[in-house]
Amino acid sequence: MAAHWLGSKTTVNVEMAAQTAVSSSDDALAKDREWLARALLIHLIFGLLLAIFIANRLDRSVEVRAVMPEKGGFLPDTLTAEVGVPLELSLISDDVMHGFAVGQTDWPAVDVLPGQMTEVTLTFDEPGTYTYYCTRWCGANHWRMRGTIEVTGDEKGETPALRADAASVVEVAIAQPSSPPLYVELELDIDAPHTVDVHLDNPPSAARGETLDANISSSYLSRDVYLTQPPFEVWQALRLEPETAALSNSDVWDLVAASWHSQTTDEKLQLGQTLYNQNCAACHGNSGAGDGVFGQEFDQATAFTDAQIMLGASTAVLDGKIRRGGMGTGMPYWGTIFTDHEIEAIIDYLWTFQFPRE
Amino acid sequence: MSRYDLTRIPAVKTLVVNRWPQFILRAIALAGFVVAILAGLFGTPVGSRNLSIVFVWIAWWALLILAAVPLFGRGWCTVCPIPMAGEWLQNGAVLGPRKKETGDWRLVTGNLQSPIPSLRLRQWPKRFRNIWLQNGGFALLALFSAVVLTQPKVTAVILAIFLFLAVGTALIYERRAFCRYLCPVGGFIGLYSQVAPLEVRVRDMAICASHTEKTCYTGNADGYGCPWGVFPGGLVKNTTCGACMECLRTCPHDNIAIQIRPVGADLTVARGRKLDEAFKAFIMLGSAVVYSAVMLGPWGWLKTTAYNVGSLAWLGYALAFLLFILGLLPGIFYLVTWAGMGQRVNLRVVRQRFTANAYALVPLGLAAWIAFSLSFVFANISYLWPVLSDPFGWGWDLLGTAVTPWTPYLSRIVPILQTLVLVGGLAWAAVTARKIAEEKRGGTALPAIAYCFFITVGMLWLLIG
Repeated sequence: MAAHWLGSKTTVNVEMAAQTAVSSSDDALAKDREWLARALLIHLIFGLLLAIFIANRLDRSVEVRAVMPEKGGFLPDTLTAEVGVPLELSLISDDVMHGFAVGQTDWPAVDVLPGQMTEVTLTFDEPGTYTYYCTRWCGANHWRMRGTIEVTGDEKGETPALRADAASVVEVAIAQPSSPPLYVELELDIDAPHTVDVHLDNPPSAARGETLDANISSSYLSRDVYLTQPPFEVWQALRLEPETAALSNSDVWDLVAASWHSQTTDEKLQLGQTLYNQNCAACHGNSGAGDGVFGQEFDQATAFTDAQIMLGASTAVLDGKIRRGGMGTGMPYWGTIFTDHEIEAIIDYLWTFQFPRE
Repeated sequence: MSRYDLTRIPAVKTLVVNRWPQFILRAIALAGFVVAILAGLFGTPVGSRNLSIVFVWIAWWALLILAAVPLFGRGWCTVCPIPMAGEWLQNGAVLGPRKKETGDWRLVTGNLQSPIPSLRLRQWPKRFRNIWLQNGGFALLALFSAVVLTQPKVTAVILAIFLFLAVGTALIYERRAFCRYLCPVGGFIGLYSQVAPLEVRVRDMAICASHTEKTCYTGNADGYGCPWGVFPGGLVKNTTCGACMECLRTCPHDNIAIQIRPVGADLTVARGRKLDEAFKAFIMLGSAVVYSAVMLGPWGWLKTTAYNVGSLAWLGYALAFLLFILGLLPGIFYLVTWAGMGQRVNLRVVRQRFTANAYALVPLGLAAWIAFSLSFVFANISYLWPVLSDPFGWGWDLLGTAVTPWTPYLSRIVPILQTLVLVGGLAWAAVTARKIAEEKRGGTALPAIAYCFFITVGMLWLLIG
């Protein structure tokens, strides 16, 4: 617009000057210089604008802005992709450092820095609904920072005839656990209170429990018991067994601790600890005492160090709480983010707040 | 006092009189200005990653306050892109004067004639031929500084307002009225340009007196009549000279020079001291103190308050800020000036001395601004490297410096430099105060020096202590 305006005005001026004034070579030179100056300006300014515009258009990746959850979280929070087609994302934060990871995949989490683009390319092998989430404790509502990627298309490597069926099966497999969660299967009410009246002088020791020659039935050491029974009930049952008559109450708790410890491995506990510190400690605290930095924002974050609460809960109940979240508290749902194995590892680690490893 | 005439060097003279070097510098500055506005509007809202904030408030500001003003005075005004569009419209040309249909060279100067043919450009209203509007503009802008300096969108809007105001003013009033009477930046550049070791002055007043055409003011085929509305023959100070170089082009007698002179030469010129300029000195000095307290002081609540524009607490802050720079600082200075004069003087004389003495605050204020700027310029200038590669925060990497981490530079030397600058500023202010006091028999500089001393101690405490 400006260029056009300047141009037309000049034409008028030049015509008028030609009519009235005596044109000299100096005038002509001045005119040439003026035109050169105008051309230079127009090229500089408009060239720059055009270059910026083109460069902006050339970028074909999808921009995902990360802002504090109160201001919108991930923008956009729904993405679509096709199986086998790389999804290029440009991640940028408008305020503090956020993180980006896709649940139930093993892509490493990346940091999303303020004002700085982080490029990520995701290629999905299987269709389904994937959840991406913030991995940095950006604020009290950090856990609300989530979005979903709808991946459509055919599963790689399947024959065409099988594709349709396979896709639907895999979608179920990704979006939900392969079988209903244990708490659904057992019809447990995971919102019911489960505090028990128990007072321990010292934390039960799995190491001591292993050394006790109690000769108790192996059924107490089974996976089923670990998954479905609260430790307090197991202790009560053990207390009634004649084999434990000679043992003190605290000895029997050591036996329970040993039983619980036998259900996990060091690797699993290590994984559980890492995931706990990254995802749970913000509210529940690194020490499990419910004193995380954001815990104060909510009514309460459960203290896993509280024996009365923990010893009345079964692994199945904890599994349900982690998967589904809610409970009228700020507890997020993790079912779409962690794999079954990861949730198991986290629960194994939670038990160590009651039954320390040493 | 001795002067060295730089324009006696042919290369310097050519560089200054030829329109192209200045034009190209201004064109580049204009392009930068436009990109800064675009970046502010469409780039990332993260200030440290947006060209508008980093380029304007760190790089440009550093250049202005640490180099351009102390060394070149109005050197920035020489290349400032803001009035360009208005000037083109006034001149009907972007480079140099063009002969118009009337054949009258007075109209060739363009900046006296409206681009809208039926409209006559007006003279700036008499009542506003001072820098009070600039004082007000700066104080107003300063109230919002915490937001302006950190939010790209706000910075972009402010820059755009500058541009529109400049164009709008040029359509109604002749010459660069915006620059001389409205630009909030131009006001303090003018005040502080008095300390610069460079000046544009006539060589021989007698030649000017006998030159009836006064082409330096009216313009001719070689250049425009002074865009700042100044008659160069009457120049005694740098404040109103925009260093635009037009008079060096228009003078047919080669009677105008750019001279190297003793620093601060204008401060002890008794002629032309004005109350509006005196208040500018207080506004600038006070702003430097308040900015240091808000941005570098240990009071988080103060920073939060300054940032919460529109809140009740902010209104309190704004009021306190205005009271400090317009009431408390000048008020105390007035009282100490009065105290230094004894009982027998009348109030009109006190006011005259108040205005005169305030010019001693010019080097102090500039030192305070330099010291304040040193504390964030070297700490934050490394934000420039990523921003140059990725001006909008769109993930570009033009120069391969997009991920250069933030690194504070010279962090050990800065406090030493700040101390030197502040103490130097105090010494300079004291010397100036003494010279001003000596203009009148029995005058004493002690109260003014004591005043400057306490301000310096306060600044040292805020910045270093």
